[in-house]
Amino acid sequence: MRNHVSTLRGDRRRGDAVTRAARIFPLWPLVLFCAMLPAPSMADENLLMARSPLEFPEAMLTLQESIKAHEYVVARVQRVDIGLTQAGYPSDRYRVVFYGNPQEIRLLTREHKELIPLLPLNFSIFAENGETLVVAMNPSFLSLRFTAPELVTRFARWESDVRSILADVQRGNALD
Amino acid sequence: MYVRFLRLFALLLLPTSGSLAAPDGAELFARHCAVCHGTEGRGGVGTPLALDSFLSSISDRFLAATIRSGRPGRVMPAFPVLSNSQVKAIVRHIRGWSGLAGPEDDRTPIEGDPGVGQALFAQHCAGCHGDHGQGGTGTGVAFSRSASLPIIPPALNNPGFLAAASDRMIKRTIQNGRSATPMAGFRHKLSDAQIDDITSFVRSFGDTAPGSTARSPEPLVIRADSPYDLQQTVENVRNAARAGNFAVVRAEHQEYGLVAEGEEDPNTVFVDFCNFEQLYGALQIDPRIGMFLPCRITVVAREARVEIMFINPKALSPLFNNQELDDACETMYQLYAEIVDEATL
Repeated sequence: MRNHVSTLRGDRRRGDAVTRAARIFPLWPLVLFCAMLPAPSMADENLLMARSPLEFPEAMLTLQESIKAHEYVVARVQRVDIGLTQAGYPSDRYRVVFYGNPQEIRLLTREHKELIPLLPLNFSIFAENGETLVVAMNPSFLSLRFTAPELVTRFARWESDVRSILADVQRGNALD
Repeated sequence: MYVRFLRLFALLLLPTSGSLAAPDGAELFARHCAVCHGTEGRGGVGTPLALDSFLSSISDRFLAATIRSGRPGRVMPAFPVLSNSQVKAIVRHIRGWSGLAGPEDDRTPIEGDPGVGQALFAQHCAGCHGDHGQGGTGTGVAFSRSASLPIIPPALNNPGFLAAASDRMIKRTIQNGRSATPMAGFRHKLSDAQIDDITSFVRSFGDTAPGSTARSPEPLVIRADSPYDLQQTVENVRNAARAGNFAVVRAEHQEYGLVAEGEEDPNTVFVDFCNFEQLYGALQIDPRIGMFLPCRITVVAREARVEIMFINPKALSPLFNNQELDDACETMYQLYAEIVDEATL
């Protein structure tokens, strides 16, 4: 019983200390928590890139599967290497994959005409030494120039999708 | 109430407890560096790092400073948000490839005669590193160089290099060269004093190296009114592109490929065009530039107004931290502007 009482007193004393600390700086746990969150990967990530261990054809397939899995349509593939080779310039495999959501693009370009040249978005994909690199502009880069809240939200979602697609390519599997 | 909040906070901490552990250099390298330098540091868009001759001649401080500050205008970005322990972890990971400890970072200045060094530099170094130490051109093994040529001569006048490299490191590199790269050693060709003179000359680049040229932000999309209707404007753009020595690749509705044929918005048409010689040159400067490709001008007809639009290459170029590309994009912008002028005349 005595032990129980002293425990209660101890709890109360500790509670008092905590309450005093809370009065002094009520949000310190939250600040500490935020400080422990992982830092962003780079200060200036306007260019998003991934290296795939796959050879070009497999990486290309993974990229297109992942684009579709994220509910976009592959609009077309620009075969840069074919054009270069036909013009007499040596080139390893290099393509640009244009993709987008048709309804989203139609809606956006109707409301924001200035976005038209920027859409559909694209990924560059090229072979390098038996591996494959994929590069895209970070869609959130557009937030620096187009600041309407609904656009900023949209760009952030696109960024999340681009990162997810690049992660698929980096892993070499769009279906995980 | 507050105690309950603290308990909740403690629960929130549980999933992040991993972040309190020592940073994993391999994971950090894979996340931040491997895309350019290769998974095992053998190079690609970025220079190869897993060379014994490189790792044995540079200090940990050189590596850390390079990660921190990058090479302004030379593709390698700065990573200012990485913590000191994360940078150290990456350095340890890079070191692990060779197992060779780097030399001490001796920052004692070397006192040579930069005037004499300039003449020696012109004779022995400028052929690869450029007259002003500006380094070789291009980047990456895909277009600029074959995989058998491991490195593009670095820019010795780059402020990032000069901040990271000590005089002793520069001297050591001149003396010993770097095996498995085109950098020859000069220990038996030049005297110690002559190497000091070259080192002093290289250090003097810091007095004249261009700082970061802060430019005002460029508009991302350039727009111009056309006095012609949509069809005529598209035709004018095609003709102007051809007159500018470009091949017209295609002219299609903006929604081409996105919706079924015949259902595209007929009032928005893009014209893709390409000059393959310029394209090849641009890919040698930086193989990552696919987002610029192909050259495109879009014609939009809305409410009795016809506009021509294009993405401003000068606005995208800063994404690449590549001065050479900045210059090429300036040229590209002029070519676009000429086509638009011609098409709307």
